Amino acid sequence: MEFVSQLGSTTLDGLSYLGSLASLGARAAYYTVVAPFQGKPLRFQRAISQAMDTGVRALPILSLITFFIGLILALQAAYELRKFGAISAVATAVAVTMSRELGPLITAIVVIGRSGSAFAAEIGTMKVSEEIDALETMAISPIRFLVAPKFLAMMVMLPCLTIWANAMGILGGSLFGVAQADFTLVRYIQASIDSLLLRDITTGLVKSVMFGVTITAVGCLEGLSTGAGAEQVGRSTTQAVVKSIFLVVVVDLFFTALFFFAGN
Amino acid sequence: MSTGQILSASQTEPVLSLRNLRVSYGEREILHGISFDVMRGETLVILGGSGSGKSTLLRTLVGLEKPSAGEILIKGQNLAKTSAAEMDEIRRKIGMSFQGGALFGSMTVGENVALPLREHTKLEDSTIEIILRLKLQQVGLEGFEYYMPSQLSGGMKKRAAVARALAMDPEILFFDEPSAGLDPIIAAGVDELILELKRAFHMTIIVVTHELASAFLIADRMLLIDKGNIVALGTTEEMRSSTQPRVRQFLDRIAEPEVSGELDYLQMLTAERPDAHSSAGKRG
Repeated sequence: MEFVSQLGSTTLDGLSYLGSLASLGARAAYYTVVAPFQGKPLRFQRAISQAMDTGVRALPILSLITFFIGLILALQAAYELRKFGAISAVATAVAVTMSRELGPLITAIVVIGRSGSAFAAEIGTMKVSEEIDALETMAISPIRFLVAPKFLAMMVMLPCLTIWANAMGILGGSLFGVAQADFTLVRYIQASIDSLLLRDITTGLVKSVMFGVTITAVGCLEGLSTGAGAEQVGRSTTQAVVKSIFLVVVVDLFFTALFFFAGN
Repeated sequence: MSTGQILSASQTEPVLSLRNLRVSYGEREILHGISFDVMRGETLVILGGSGSGKSTLLRTLVGLEKPSAGEILIKGQNLAKTSAAEMDEIRRKIGMSFQGGALFGSMTVGENVALPLREHTKLEDSTIEIILRLKLQQVGLEGFEYYMPSQLSGGMKKRAAVARALAMDPEILFFDEPSAGLDPIIAAGVDELILELKRAFHMTIIVVTHELASAFLIADRMLLIDKGNIVALGTTEEMRSSTQPRVRQFLDRIAEPEVSGELDYLQMLTAERPDAHSSAGKRG
């Protein structure tokens, strides 16, 4: 009985959290898409500098990680494929796995670590130092002022980063291909491109946009619900990272299943 | 500036009225029915110890907390029953200086002060520039517009926050603990600034503080609240000469009676309770 009521309250908490995320997302969408036509301009400048932060500055670390992931994938795939004498299929395996799954996912996880946590910390610190209250007393919506530019930046940058991550993963795989599987670099890249269908890439990009929405919503919501005191900022940041990773995987599962049953 | 308007308006017209205001956090009620008026051009100081509910009162007055019952009338508009758009309209008429300043760390002092103007008006940049200079001059911070808030001292941060609160020429200015965290000399400077705003612009000012010296210096009237009830409301003279035990205790800084033994403690609990209730009941 105890267990059932625990389960029930946990489920309700989870659902109400999802509700808060959706409401935050909807309000941010309103300020990004609708409000600019009602004379409340979006802070475009802010969105661009945010995009620099979450996107461009993530490139070095993301490149390195996805390059290695590509190489790891090639090694793991080759381990099996070698048994069937099909080592040349490594290029296909790496390209498809990267662009359908690992490219978007690894990108999301890197962005969670760099930006999701930063959103929670930034907004949380502003909450603690009464800056959010100050915005409200000045009749400036914190959602429009702080959250909307982040949404816009993430929704544009995450797919861009994902494409880059796919490319770097394929490049990583090519290192193995050239060294161990008698490919030339050009032939490896050609084989990768030939093996990819357009929908392999688009499904990955659709996912990455949804990941961007999820990461921003969680990071900003955790920041906005920070309690009083500096230690609460740390708690919010941790929560943002943990919840984002979990929800990104859930969103990933949902869309992967959707594409699977829709025949994509 | 609305000086002409103020001279023609009568001193007795309330700018802000509270009617039986109650505020709760969840199950716990913090303010138990607060009523008072603030007249145009007066400075009201809200006094109270930690946990008395004075900060909650201030947060409710500026619309950061929703009252659970009662009315807040700002120039006749009920804050508790407004749409989001009307709320924004009301908020443009008030300015708030937060305890720690609450300046945006990623913007310069100038950008901070100009922010409400950029957000709410369609003024030219050059006009905003002029207003910005004026506001900074009013608070004694001319020449600091390109500094970041982190480069300012505590007192300067407060002044910059006041400049930002003044940017939209508010009709009511709220201060949360203006002298908190400042040394006595700097704190006196902030008091002087408040007096200056009152003298020069006849602004309606509401200050929440627990600093008695500063309160007596700047107040026209004082409101003492304790445990969510009004204990006393009166002019500074009335407060000084008050014989009410709670008021005396607060003004003379007498600590809560020491408890020496278990019996004393029980006695204090049983004796204190009805007493505190009746005194709160009489005035509140």
